[in-house]
Amino acid sequence: MEEKKLELVDFVVTARKYKTLLTIKYANRKPYKVPNPNEIMSYIPGTIIKLKKNKGAKVKEGEVILILEAMKMMNKVLMPFDGKIKNIFVEEGQKVPKGHLMIEIE
Amino acid sequence: MSLKKHILDLRKRREKVQLGGGEKAIEKQMAMGKMTARSRILALLDNESFTEYDLFVEHEARDFGMDKKELHGDGVIIGTGTIYGAPVCIFAQDFTVAGGSLGLMHARKITKIMDHALKMRVPLIGINDSGGARIQEGVNSLAGYGEIFYRNTIASGVIPQISVILGPCAGGAVYSPALTDFVFVVDQISKMFITGPSVIKTVLGEEISMEELGGARVHAEITGNAHFFAGSELECFEQIKKLITYIPWNNTQKAKVFPPREPKFKGKIEDIIPSDPKQPYDVRDVIKAIADDSDFFEIMEFFAANIVIGFGRMNGQTTGFVANQPLVLAGVLDCDSSDKAARFIRYCDAFNIPIITLEDMPGYLPGVDQEHAGVIRHGAKVLYAYSEATVPKITVILRKAYGGGYIAMNSRHLGADFMFAWPTAEIAVMGPEGAANIIFKKEIEEADDPDKMRELKVQEYIERFANPYVAAAKGYVDSVIEPEETRKMLLHAIEVSTHKDDQRPFKKHGIPPF
Repeated sequence: MEEKKLELVDFVVTARKYKTLLTIKYANRKPYKVPNPNEIMSYIPGTIIKLKKNKGAKVKEGEVILILEAMKMMNKVLMPFDGKIKNIFVEEGQKVPKGHLMIEIE
Repeated sequence: MSLKKHILDLRKRREKVQLGGGEKAIEKQMAMGKMTARSRILALLDNESFTEYDLFVEHEARDFGMDKKELHGDGVIIGTGTIYGAPVCIFAQDFTVAGGSLGLMHARKITKIMDHALKMRVPLIGINDSGGARIQEGVNSLAGYGEIFYRNTIASGVIPQISVILGPCAGGAVYSPALTDFVFVVDQISKMFITGPSVIKTVLGEEISMEELGGARVHAEITGNAHFFAGSELECFEQIKKLITYIPWNNTQKAKVFPPREPKFKGKIEDIIPSDPKQPYDVRDVIKAIADDSDFFEIMEFFAANIVIGFGRMNGQTTGFVANQPLVLAGVLDCDSSDKAARFIRYCDAFNIPIITLEDMPGYLPGVDQEHAGVIRHGAKVLYAYSEATVPKITVILRKAYGGGYIAMNSRHLGADFMFAWPTAEIAVMGPEGAANIIFKKEIEEADDPDKMRELKVQEYIERFANPYVAAAKGYVDSVIEPEETRKMLLHAIEVSTHKDDQRPFKKHGIPPF
């Protein structure tokens, strides 16, 4: 079907190197990133309806930082621990995909 | 009216309804490169075999001006016919009539032919070409979908169910194909998705074409929703016809037996396999060297190509082949290949098709993405499917059979009836390098030249354990055979398994790791 890249590559499984082809899906997979607790990412695609806190604000654990509308639901995004809003990367009305960095806290 | 007049009246009515959405709509359909629903059925079934029912069904919708609308056949054609003489029930959605949208009577026609197929114990073929639910009919169209899904599920494993996607198939409609055994797609024509590009654009602002989101290639290669990919509708129909020759009409029968044929392959099987176990080869060449007429009908060719599944014949009898593919990702098991193999094994088991497993695999695919994607529960499906299957199960270990993979690929321990191994087989708890690193950790670390010591120990491990004789000594492998003997041994194994009777304790159903 597709023009397969007929290029054999080294592929290691339990300490042994095999010569083999890769699938497109495997070649395109995303590398794993260790989650950073100071980064608040969107957990669902949606629209930023309201930013409740400003940059630099001191926020207590459990307080609402912003409202993310997704799937006809106003989802509250909460502060995970007592801290400060270091940076805001989104604006009200902005559409965000899943896994988008919205807020940085400290 | 005289009798003659009545007959003429019937003919006129038929002609009118058989035109579906009318000439203009048909022209539009053709302009999209698509055949009409009726021409599709006629192209797929044996000549003159199609018999239609419910031609004069009309919808009952009254809201939103629907009472003034005439929808011929309510947008779907149903009937019976034959393919190479095998009886089938068929429905084809007619996109020229209200976009093939599904209303209550449309669904009633489909469920009627599904009920018929189940009662008559014959295969069901559904041709999907529909814009989705008929919004004007509201919850009635949802009811219709639900009743179709319910029948798909009840008929699953009793009669073969084939879905052909020849147009859009979106939203809830996709779940009927997803519940059926085989899904056929055609390049540039098939489109399947739950939420379409317009919804994605509204929610995310992301633009994507229908083709990129849920076109034929996507489903054949990325999602694994489709089993067969064709370049044209006619090629697709040829694939369906060929499939029908391999499968029985229902779960109480066996597939039709064809006259036995020797493989066309005339070389030596051992020449297919490189002597270096780290070098790849195409395992399909081995299947072709073994199967009747060297004919192998591959299923899901482009999805999870690290495992190969499909039908061939052995002495004229349909046989399911499951084979690790060293050519792709070294033949590892991963989430996708596990799903692919497990469902096929269950299909073969449900429809009395013996399974031949050709094993050459280094283990499971390592990686965070695999572990987090649930390779444990996906991989478990393979164990479940093999253990559960009561059809004849035969394994040939060609080269590597390491660790969990050795167990998973229809090992003796999961109930294989016959276990053969080539002398090149390496049946071990893991690859020699990995094993030596662990067993001889101390010796390697303390050696003056660790690399040299490691090399030495790996060699030692290979000589002692990377062979089939340790497993053969325990009876886990029945016979170590020469590659040239493979077909003969397999034919014999299938012959003596003809009356296999493997009873299991009564249960309502198992709980496989779906």
